[in-house]
Amino acid sequence: MREHASEKLIRLVAPLRDDDVLSLRAGDRVLISGQLIGARDAAHRRLVSLIEAGESLPFDPQGQVIYYAGPAPARPGSVMGPAAPTTALRMDAYAPALMAQGVKGMIGKGNRGPEVRAALQEYGCVYFAGIGGASVLLSKPVVSVETICYEDLGTEAIRRMTVEDFPVVVANDAHGRDIYESAREYYARVIASM
Amino acid sequence: MTNSGRNREIHVDEIVDNVALACQDAAYNMRDDVYSAILSAVDTEISPMGRHVLDQLLENARMASEEQSPYCHDTGVTVLFVEIGQDARIIGGSLADALNEGVRRGYTEGYLRASIVRDPFDRVNTQDNTPPVIHYELVPGDGLRISITLKGGGSENMSRLEMLKPSDGPEGFIDFVVDAVSRAGPNACPPLIVGVGVGGSFDYCGYLAKKALFREIGSDHPNPNIAALENTIHERCNRLGVGPQGMGGLNTVLDVFIETYPCHITALPVAVNIQCPAQRHRTLQF
Repeated sequence: MREHASEKLIRLVAPLRDDDVLSLRAGDRVLISGQLIGARDAAHRRLVSLIEAGESLPFDPQGQVIYYAGPAPARPGSVMGPAAPTTALRMDAYAPALMAQGVKGMIGKGNRGPEVRAALQEYGCVYFAGIGGASVLLSKPVVSVETICYEDLGTEAIRRMTVEDFPVVVANDAHGRDIYESAREYYARVIASM
Repeated sequence: MTNSGRNREIHVDEIVDNVALACQDAAYNMRDDVYSAILSAVDTEISPMGRHVLDQLLENARMASEEQSPYCHDTGVTVLFVEIGQDARIIGGSLADALNEGVRRGYTEGYLRASIVRDPFDRVNTQDNTPPVIHYELVPGDGLRISITLKGGGSENMSRLEMLKPSDGPEGFIDFVVDAVSRAGPNACPPLIVGVGVGGSFDYCGYLAKKALFREIGSDHPNPNIAALENTIHERCNRLGVGPQGMGGLNTVLDVFIETYPCHITALPVAVNIQCPAQRHRTLQF
């Protein structure tokens, strides 16, 4: 059985193209440049309400990568306050509806439920994990940020972030692989044999 | 911090200032015991990805301290354990107001994230992280001790409570705690610190579990039987393979702390409060 952490770094530009997503494998380390859409719990609830009402989203969803993040306030003179991925599971109720609209990727931390994993395969999408709690480090690749809407939600407003080499790992790929499951199984066996 | 003697007076202004500063210090500066524990984990970690994650957490902590920025953006729900001496007197206003104002000022002036909604269902953000959760305890003497933690949501959400049966015994207890850590898995930002409250009652074991997290990493429980349970749970958790950030590896937990209390003949209540490496605990002594 192979080691799960891939050594090579893949560079991608977001919004993503279909073939970018399909070429990724769970365990790949990726540096993302381009645009991310920052949205989490309360914003997802509103986005899905818009979809259910047949209205258009406040951003073009095609190929977008949604970053589950709620930053701390930026100090004067800094572009972005500390932020790192939040637990993705809380967005499971909303994620398939956004994938159906054209969203191609998500950045969060922690595992996803069966519905999301099925939707990743159905729509050809990818779920990336970032390092939870590395909030100062992960604010540095964000070179600009603007609020798109829902300013009343405070930290949960929807933001467009321009990033350079934002580091993530492919947690769930479009082909049904899951790094959390496979790495845990692998290391539980390694540890048992130690 | 101030004068001593019977009916000692403690002014609320002193409480406000110190609570505000403690919130910021806790958010900006990773505790030495946590930093050292992660540093040791780098040495023992068998997974390259695990080592990479731990290195990044340490680098992040150093950057945060230098910039005086919160090392984790989720600066949590503020939980305060207030031990007030029965001979102490608070002057200048209400103690509860002072604690609220300390939190409000600490968060708004310190660029800490406001993460509290005013109602569980309408979910409108209070914008200043108030109100905190406050536990009061009346103790002998004329002092005032305020223990503060900024408890992140991701790990708090993976916490569990179960009313076990006395017949489950130590084995059932160990299984439950290890299972809680296993279920928390990658979601709670491992490597974890595990606070366990056992005994008391439904409410009191949860209180003990959170209080247990105030212990210093690497410290032994004074009761050797409890210390042995802590070690057993620690070892079993680190055989799960979850590893740093759940990307596989040896270091699933950094430490396990258990607090116990007498309980009813029918009961074995157990609460497991899961803590991520953002163990932001500070204690103020007035």
